[in-house]
Amino acid sequence: MRRKLSLLLLTSILMSLVLTGCGFNRDKDGNTTSERVTLINVSYDPTRELYESYNRYFERKWKKSTGQSLDVIQSHGGSGKQALEVANGLKADVVTLALAYDTDSIAKSGLIASDWQKRLPDNSCPYYSTIVFLVRKGNPKHIRDWDDLVRPDVSVLTPNPKTSGGARWNYLAAYAYALEKYDNDSTKVFGFMRDLYRNVSVLDSGARASTTSFTENGQGDVLICWENEAYLTEKNDKGDYQIIYPSVSVKAETPVSIVDSVVKSHGTKKIAENYLKGLYDERAQEICARNYYRPSDQRVLDKYKKYFPTDFKMVTIDDFGGWEKVAKKHFSNGGIFDRIYS
Amino acid sequence: MKEKGNSKAIKWLLIIISAVFLFIMVIMPLFTVISGALQKGLGFYIGAITDKYTLKALILTIKAAFASVIVTSIFGLIAAWAVTRYSFPGKKIIKSIIDIPVTISPVICGMIFLLLFGRQGFIYPLLDKVGIDVIFAVPGIIIVTVFVTLPMVFREIVPVLEARGTQEEEAAAMMGADGWTIFRRVTFPSVKWPFIYGIILSASRAMGEFGAVSVISGHLRGLTNTLPLHIEILFNEFNTTEAFAVSSILVILSIALMLLRLLLQQYSSRKRT
Repeated sequence: MRRKLSLLLLTSILMSLVLTGCGFNRDKDGNTTSERVTLINVSYDPTRELYESYNRYFERKWKKSTGQSLDVIQSHGGSGKQALEVANGLKADVVTLALAYDTDSIAKSGLIASDWQKRLPDNSCPYYSTIVFLVRKGNPKHIRDWDDLVRPDVSVLTPNPKTSGGARWNYLAAYAYALEKYDNDSTKVFGFMRDLYRNVSVLDSGARASTTSFTENGQGDVLICWENEAYLTEKNDKGDYQIIYPSVSVKAETPVSIVDSVVKSHGTKKIAENYLKGLYDERAQEICARNYYRPSDQRVLDKYKKYFPTDFKMVTIDDFGGWEKVAKKHFSNGGIFDRIYS
Repeated sequence: MKEKGNSKAIKWLLIIISAVFLFIMVIMPLFTVISGALQKGLGFYIGAITDKYTLKALILTIKAAFASVIVTSIFGLIAAWAVTRYSFPGKKIIKSIIDIPVTISPVICGMIFLLLFGRQGFIYPLLDKVGIDVIFAVPGIIIVTVFVTLPMVFREIVPVLEARGTQEEEAAAMMGADGWTIFRRVTFPSVKWPFIYGIILSASRAMGEFGAVSVISGHLRGLTNTLPLHIEILFNEFNTTEAFAVSSILVILSIALMLLRLLLQQYSSRKRT
């Protein structure tokens, strides 16, 4: 009797596991029609506040237009690590990572269509950012541009470009400056980059760790970081830090994409697409701007232009020939970064 | 024997050294957690520990600890019984293998399960077909927590069983008791206290587990974040006070378990005399 009961229990547990896995409530396009839906957004470190406010806005909007209660679940971490976890089976409906290269790596594993970046406007970037310097109050070391960062008396903080997305943008911003200054003379550019990374006192694994080293542990004279991260730090500790815009920086494009195979199995394609499209709404663009991300909508950008100066040169990843080329040339094993930092 | 002045001095010196060491290494950090948690006042503290994500992380942590207690105690009893009551080839090897989960680094445990159940693993296509998520989902968290605590109960029981020998069970068997009765009336009472002690150990280990869980969690807020992971996230997001407030939950839970252990120890020693 007992044995029969336990067998019954076991099969019922297994059955329920199987059943919850398959969706019953689907419309003809395979989209879920359940009343409660969850959407998983896997993102990089500093976007937490941005997506907290956007999710609140979008969940309300979605409920109003469809009647479905949506719960967006966030995950944040180093961009490269997050991409790896998605490729390893983390069921993200959408990915909102720090650089196209990381989304490409997921696409390579077969989970995202290879033409993903053409599916939404502006290279699938509803918002972007740039790279700036954060210095201590009063700028005691008189840091104005990249040149000052190679001075022997200056200690620099930037994370490791092998592991951190933000660090790759930092590296490229410096590289763009050196290319311009030395008129593409590769030996001199190499020398400049070597001097810069010689001044790096702590090479943390992620952008957030680098910021913490700068603020909490008091390391370094200057932190190279995301513009949004710099504003957030400045806001958290009023008056302790100030932001410096160098003469050359990068347009750090942070594209978004749905994860095709996951939305298909979750039945969340329609919601996920709308969630990402919604980022281009005027309201959503304002949310981006208020979280110090540069909105792709020019009108909104103009409205918040006091936060987003444009009087410096901004190069793009295409100026370097795209991520594929950059990753191979600079960040692969034995690449330029390895030779600089050894 | 008369105590010499010299040895008395040594005695106090040793006591003072241990006390100072304990104060610096244990009491001071604990005090920092509590004072850090209350830095912004009681209202903020209560707000932080009743936050939606904190509560969800707490529930997940308790679930994982509960599962690990159930599995480690059942496994511990069975395995301990097997290795102390029967002799068979490979017994020594089994006894060493059981220790692996506590001797290898938790990060490696996490990676093992990631490779086993992840998209690159050979089990994944099967799981995907039936729609069961293991990795980056609650089952994965429970599995790795069970893994890292697996030998806890076993390791407490085995020495006691070995020291006792098998005479009592043999006597009971000769008097005609069946296996279940022997276990219930003779074996289990003798290992009851180490058994409970092992449970407490595995519960506290499970609640504090960070490394292995971190690898396979995916850090989904309100879904796969355990308390230790949630604390790390809060700390990384510059919410130091909240991080300390949530830490204090874990500290309070461990202190509660420690007190429980002390009480049980006293109770058991009184019972024996």
